[in-house]
Amino acid sequence: MSAVFVEAPKRLVDVTIDGATVRVPEGSTLLDACRQQGIDTPTLCFLENLTPVNVCRVCVVEVEGSRTLVPSCSRKVEPGMAVHTDSDRVRTSRRMVLEFLASTVDVSLAGPDVGRWMAEYGADPARYGDPAPPHQAGQRDAARPGEHPVPDGSAAATVAQPVKYDNDSYVRDYSRCILCYKCVEACGPDAQNTFAIAVAGRGFDARISTEFDVTLPDSACVYCGNCIGVCPTGALMFASEYRMRRDGTWDDDGQTVTTTVCPYCGVGCNLELHVQDNQIVKVTSPLDHDVTSGHLCVKGRFGFEFVQRRADAG
Amino acid sequence: MFGAGGGTCSYREAEDADLIVMWGSNAREAHPIFFHHVLKAVRKGARMYAVDPRRTTSAQWADAWLGINVGSDISLANAIGREIIHAGLANTDFIARATSGFEAYAASVEPYTLEVAERDTGVPADLIRQLAHDYARAGRAQICWTLGITEHHNASDNVFALINLALLTGHVGRYGSGLVPLRGQNNVQGGGDMGALPNKLPGFQDVETDTDARARFEAVYGEPLPARRGWHLSQMFEAMERGELTACYIIGENPVRSEADTGRTKELLSGLEHLVVQDIFLTDTAAIADVVLPATATWCETEGTVTSSERRVQRVRKALDPPGGARDDIEIIGELARRLGANWGPVTAEQAWDELRSLSPMHGGMSYARLEALGGLQWPCYDEEHPGELFLHARLWEADPARRGAPAPFTPVSQEPPLDELSAEFPLRLTTGRRLDSFNTGVQSGKYATPIRRPETLNLSPEDAAELGVAESEVVRISSRRGSIEAPVHVDSTLRRGLAFMTLHFPEQVATNILTLDAWDPKSGTAEFKATAIRVDRIADIPAGGAGDEHAKVGA
Repeated sequence: MSAVFVEAPKRLVDVTIDGATVRVPEGSTLLDACRQQGIDTPTLCFLENLTPVNVCRVCVVEVEGSRTLVPSCSRKVEPGMAVHTDSDRVRTSRRMVLEFLASTVDVSLAGPDVGRWMAEYGADPARYGDPAPPHQAGQRDAARPGEHPVPDGSAAATVAQPVKYDNDSYVRDYSRCILCYKCVEACGPDAQNTFAIAVAGRGFDARISTEFDVTLPDSACVYCGNCIGVCPTGALMFASEYRMRRDGTWDDDGQTVTTTVCPYCGVGCNLELHVQDNQIVKVTSPLDHDVTSGHLCVKGRFGFEFVQRRADAG
Repeated sequence: MFGAGGGTCSYREAEDADLIVMWGSNAREAHPIFFHHVLKAVRKGARMYAVDPRRTTSAQWADAWLGINVGSDISLANAIGREIIHAGLANTDFIARATSGFEAYAASVEPYTLEVAERDTGVPADLIRQLAHDYARAGRAQICWTLGITEHHNASDNVFALINLALLTGHVGRYGSGLVPLRGQNNVQGGGDMGALPNKLPGFQDVETDTDARARFEAVYGEPLPARRGWHLSQMFEAMERGELTACYIIGENPVRSEADTGRTKELLSGLEHLVVQDIFLTDTAAIADVVLPATATWCETEGTVTSSERRVQRVRKALDPPGGARDDIEIIGELARRLGANWGPVTAEQAWDELRSLSPMHGGMSYARLEALGGLQWPCYDEEHPGELFLHARLWEADPARRGAPAPFTPVSQEPPLDELSAEFPLRLTTGRRLDSFNTGVQSGKYATPIRRPETLNLSPEDAAELGVAESEVVRISSRRGSIEAPVHVDSTLRRGLAFMTLHFPEQVATNILTLDAWDPKSGTAEFKATAIRVDRIADIPAGGAGDEHAKVGA
């Protein structure tokens, strides 16, 4: 008997992407095939350790014979598929997605890729006019389905609102939320299975909410921070990172990231310690680490302070 | 198991199991990321059973919860074994080919009828029968356990009872089937692997019987090694009591808080001629030491390796500069050796590891370069071509008897109740465990704040709370045969009548281990933290100057 479990071999499937034949294992997605071809395909709601939910639509491609554009992150390859990733339809769709998001949401912490894609697809969020004034605290959370006032078009509608800072572990800045669902997936069926958050409301009023919009400490949240781990825009953030950014002391370039093993139980979760000025400022776990798939518990994510508080009595 | 102390499965196999029995393990809180793998299996349709006195947050995910009386695990396991045999569900081919001692085992479980087990365990006979049949019929089945099995005076027997079930059904040595002990600390597995056991050299080589191995170590060390086993922790305390053990060097352990029967532990450590404590904090144990050696935090201030519950050796790395004066464990030990007359010169973690690899065959192929490149390796890993082993004991399924090797023995065991008996004076059973946000005595976890942290409470079933006439948050006196403490009550609907629960996380608030019994398992040396007989009194009902408050410590 083989000491290492070997999965059944997979058949290979041929598809055509932008005129070139690409051979990938069956069960692969079109995104896998595009990446194998080295085609830069934008994604926002996709993450390797989560089930695709197809909400951001920025990864869409054109499949010949398909009436609509298809999300490449979840559409599986089929033999003989002919795919176009750079047609006018695809470019227009991607541009509109990026424009709408960037005109309504603060994407300034969404990473360098987003800016590059906006330039690539010619997205111009400013053409919708000046942003409307920010919402009051709780205003968007109080919105009821079917009661959305129609804006007069004089300003660009946004989701701008005050930061929710109701505990010392992490903050929720929904001015930065693009509703990618990743936090909901990580809190729910893809990892943590705690279900403290879900999408509430409809249309432009949709937002991530705890049950009945209670504060996090009153919710089912267990502070594993797996929502922070998957958030692509900085909407969910360690409170310590939030404070440092607010005070202007956060220094990405001055940080080191070291992979080590959690000091608590014996599961052996790998931790990435983000260190600035000899202080741990954030903890993540590698997405490709097969013990955690990037997910941690509250001790692994937040339980590091004891090494930095040695002066306190034991 | 069968010679090497390690779980037989990898975590990822849990995802492909058809049936998972969580036995004495609240992994949802104590091993949350392992439980993510279990949840993947549950979401794919695997059945899950929880065997636990408490209806824990893990049990809440189970298809069925077997709410067992504390300390009746062997009766339950033996009844499951008997039922499997009587129902004709034993894997007779596997038993004949790969095991020994089946006849004696079958005879030993014969008295454990479903009715006897129902009486001993409090679990309905039908449910025991259902677990037995599901386990035996499952394609891939795992039994996972933690301290609910091992923190008993008969811990090793409890483990044998579970191993017997795996042998009976052939649920070991195959992908997805196996025995999964989850380790409580990040390098408990590594400590044992490295020979931090009374009778083993690194790599589970016996110091008394394996003369070849001993000779190899002697050749490399250039010193003869004593060919006799040492003491385990509980024996060390007994040796202190006898006056045979007079000096102690404690590295990274806080026994004053973590050992059962705090009063006795502190008295014995204080009575030593010389106590050295090496730790990252001035712990309560360090506070009574003659010499304290400030150390670096191994997981983030030094280089090295630790080994996880799936036998995976992984690198820990230096991310922070340690505080002034704190030194690496290897450096301290080297310096100590120098002053004792053995000058090793500077030793790096990698050099120490390479020496270990040259002496422990099961670590032979684990160079730092491979550990880096592969994200860790699972032992055994004999040479640099070996990929490591996903699961153990595949040999038991080999057709060729030579490759199959020695049969795996059944070990008959019998039910013994916990030593701390319930009585009219001490009518409640106190068990202990962990909470999600906290860890052991709180030395590490107590330093970070989280909204889910609650202070220590005595958790009581709603029935017992009503009977005692105590309300939520009311501070009560809790007494065992060893001492008394006070703590506020929390009414907890996951507890059955007669069962109480506390943690060990907040010793400065409530010193739970004043209550616990230091009775220990002669085979493993583990103390019986899980089964204490207590009584609970309302403060208002205690006459002034009442007995039993010699160790009393009032709740914060």
